[in-house]
Amino acid sequence: MKQRLVVIGAGMASGRVLEHLTDAAPDAFNITLFNAEPRGNYNRIMLSPVLSGEKTYEEIVTHDDAWYAARGIACRFGEKVAKIDREMKVVEGQNGHVPYDKLVIATGSNPFMIPLPGHDLEGVFAYRDLEDTIQMMGMGPDNKVVVIGGGLLGLEAAAGMAAHGVDVTVVHIMGHLMERQLDEAAGYLLKKSLEDKGIRICLQANSKEILGKDGKVRALLLDDGTELPCDLLVMAVGIRPNTALAQEAGLATGRGIHVDDQMLTSDPDVFAVGECVEHDGAVFGLVAPLYDQAKVAAQALLGEEAAFAQKTLSTKLKVTGCDLFSAGDFADGPGREDIVFRDPSRGVYKRLVIEEDRLVGAVLYGDTTDGSWFFGLIKDGTSVEEMRETLIFGPAYQGGDTADPLSAVAALPHEAEICGCNGVCKGDIVEAINAGAGDLGAVRTTTKASASCGTCTGLVEQVLQVTLGDAFQMPAAQPVCGCTDLTHEDVRRLIKGQELKSQAAVWQELGWMTPNGCHVCRPAINYYLLADWPLEYQDDPQSRFVNERKHANIQKDGTFSVVPRMWGGITTPDELRAIADAADKYDVPTVKVTGGQRIDLLGVKGEDLPAMWSDLNKAGLVSGHAYSKGLRTVKTCVGTDHCRFGTQDSTGLGIKLERILWGSWTPHKLKLAVSGCPRNCAEATCKDIGVVCVESGYQISIGGAAGMDVKETELLCQIPTEDEAIEVVMAVTQAYREGGKYLDRLYKWLGKVGMDWVKVQVVDDLENRAALVARFELSQNIYRKDPWAEHVKEKAQTYAPIADFTLEAAE
Amino acid sequence: MSWIDIGHIDEVPLRGARLVKTHIGCIAVFRTAEVEVYAATNSCPHKGGPLSEGIVHGQSVTCPLHNWVFDLNTGEAQGADDGRITIYPVRIVNDRILLDDSAVTRRSAA
Repeated sequence: MKQRLVVIGAGMASGRVLEHLTDAAPDAFNITLFNAEPRGNYNRIMLSPVLSGEKTYEEIVTHDDAWYAARGIACRFGEKVAKIDREMKVVEGQNGHVPYDKLVIATGSNPFMIPLPGHDLEGVFAYRDLEDTIQMMGMGPDNKVVVIGGGLLGLEAAAGMAAHGVDVTVVHIMGHLMERQLDEAAGYLLKKSLEDKGIRICLQANSKEILGKDGKVRALLLDDGTELPCDLLVMAVGIRPNTALAQEAGLATGRGIHVDDQMLTSDPDVFAVGECVEHDGAVFGLVAPLYDQAKVAAQALLGEEAAFAQKTLSTKLKVTGCDLFSAGDFADGPGREDIVFRDPSRGVYKRLVIEEDRLVGAVLYGDTTDGSWFFGLIKDGTSVEEMRETLIFGPAYQGGDTADPLSAVAALPHEAEICGCNGVCKGDIVEAINAGAGDLGAVRTTTKASASCGTCTGLVEQVLQVTLGDAFQMPAAQPVCGCTDLTHEDVRRLIKGQELKSQAAVWQELGWMTPNGCHVCRPAINYYLLADWPLEYQDDPQSRFVNERKHANIQKDGTFSVVPRMWGGITTPDELRAIADAADKYDVPTVKVTGGQRIDLLGVKGEDLPAMWSDLNKAGLVSGHAYSKGLRTVKTCVGTDHCRFGTQDSTGLGIKLERILWGSWTPHKLKLAVSGCPRNCAEATCKDIGVVCVESGYQISIGGAAGMDVKETELLCQIPTEDEAIEVVMAVTQAYREGGKYLDRLYKWLGKVGMDWVKVQVVDDLENRAALVARFELSQNIYRKDPWAEHVKEKAQTYAPIADFTLEAAE
Repeated sequence: MSWIDIGHIDEVPLRGARLVKTHIGCIAVFRTAEVEVYAATNSCPHKGGPLSEGIVHGQSVTCPLHNWVFDLNTGEAQGADDGRITIYPVRIVNDRILLDDSAVTRRSAA
């Protein structure tokens, strides 16, 4: 007969016990699982990303209903356990008794609430479970929240809410943040970067009373008299093992439920794992040892030999943009020496603590790449005598001149922890790879390494490469330039996700390796910021290529060419006269019709530009943006006006499109054309966006090019009305603006996202199309303007020399 | 060494440049940080590109024509390119930019 196993608590530790148990011996036990929360196991440490909106709840569920069902586990969720009767070997739930042969207690911990006056007011709670998270997610930009506690949990809660625009203040009793994991200097950097996210930090602040109104929290009063108004007050000051059930059942408890190396309590049929236990005087709050305990408990339940041993731990903070790592013991002490490295411009700080030639502690802020290597040195007690001078620079600088991160990974021992979230060591990964897991995805599914927060993804890939050699292709992600290791896609995602709204924020938060970028990355970053934050970001002319900065094309001799806009290719005798006059007045050597049906005035001296623009402006002409990574021209044929084949007013539509799209910045230049019939005189099918008018409406096709590559457009849709055709063109343009990599023409972007995706976004999903159009218009109400007029008015003097000694000498 | 006042620091955009015209040729005055300026010949040794129109980053400038990068401290081309631009002494006193007189006169005398 099968043994009966009852598990109390469906948290991360017991979830792991059940996994190991049902994997190793699916039929050994009849299992009943109690959980006070009305759901199964989810990855509690990932609540922070849920709060900040980076993940959804569904993504952090580790065991869904189907999982329990498949393993025949009887789930009693939402049911509290009233009592454990050890004599009768029965667990008494609210809805009835369940007898057991073996029992696992995994009741976790309770958040500690400071018994301040007012702590029972509505709106005062701890940050512990999904309900708390949901309550916090309900807060918006109009709300104020106070978080008591500047430790790991409190800061993650604060950062998560700040990401929603909530006004957050963190109150911490100590002199610096995360004082258990960080030293003062790193705490300072952390404070600075949290403040940059708009979080207010009050240090050395003693809470005195929670003030309420109508039974609801109103403010926190500090003992210096400061009153911090709030709609919610989150206490994140620590946790206490939840031992109530065990104590009542007469099990041995101290701070937690006493367990031995096999996770056995004082009762030989009762195990305990997780935050509720006390092992050798220690209690546990981080996930790695919990998983170790779970493995040991599962093996012990199956009668196998296993023993739990405490290990040195490392910590990371799950707040995007705050890279910190700490491990070991970094307190000052006799016989201890420090190695400190600071790089204030990058916000990087590293401190290593050495005792008798062994590394005993490490604090890294801003650059945590070498964290696991240092951690390995601490755990193994390796002598660092030989490499002391270069130790702080990490493994890349040890033993020779080559900086090969792979050799460092290759040198890691099998026990070296790769994935901190899931407690996966190098050996596990190598084993999985040897058993056939040939890529990152497969390693994730089989070992869970890099499957949670993902910061170890690079390391996992390196293990893959070391193990498989040439058989493994490292993903070829090209960084933007030498100033960063991030790809364009990463940068775009992080600018959005971390709400980086200035270049300085990008350099600092994304760890740029140069003080202010270079000629490659700056124009790209400038574009991304401008496309994502049209209202908040101020365009930076110094991060634009000369053509865009001077609103004219630079020629090989340093002169410029000027192209006035001719809407849809239509002009008038007056405009032509003004152009001819300007050509005369400014000694323009060459007047040429461009490939885009506009007139190009070539060979203008840089300092003449503002005066020439002023003349052209007077005749009603504005800049043609012939220099821009933005809308260039909309070519047209004559359509129904004059042509015997024209089916629609192609010239009229071309003019309308140009009036709507002009001035819009895009990842690369954007050219359009509208042809009045399938004879396609405007050559619409080799433009970025082309419209061919037909009897029944408008064929819109995209992704054409006639430059370095020659491409024919692909049909996006056929639309019956002109208004809708215009909307589709606007929506496609905006989708390209929001997603395209800088200097990718539209066809390259299309190649990456695929036509099917674009069709869904702008043709099928009308709501999404409307949203794209709205975002485009929002941006355009700022950027649809003539740069010539602006520069004539405000910047004309910058086009002239700052000093001219040729004049002085002539006087 | 005598210094000529060529203008206020704010007349040169941050991470930008302005031109100083002399009888022989143009000198570009670069502003790399809030109170940090450099002066160099405006012409790239490669194809004569106007360096004052280039993107200024760190203490370097990139020529707008073919992306040669020059270190403004030494004038040396960076990376694989081989070439050098002439650097002139320049300083800031009370927010005024002072250019070494000889940068203007030596060239006129040449």
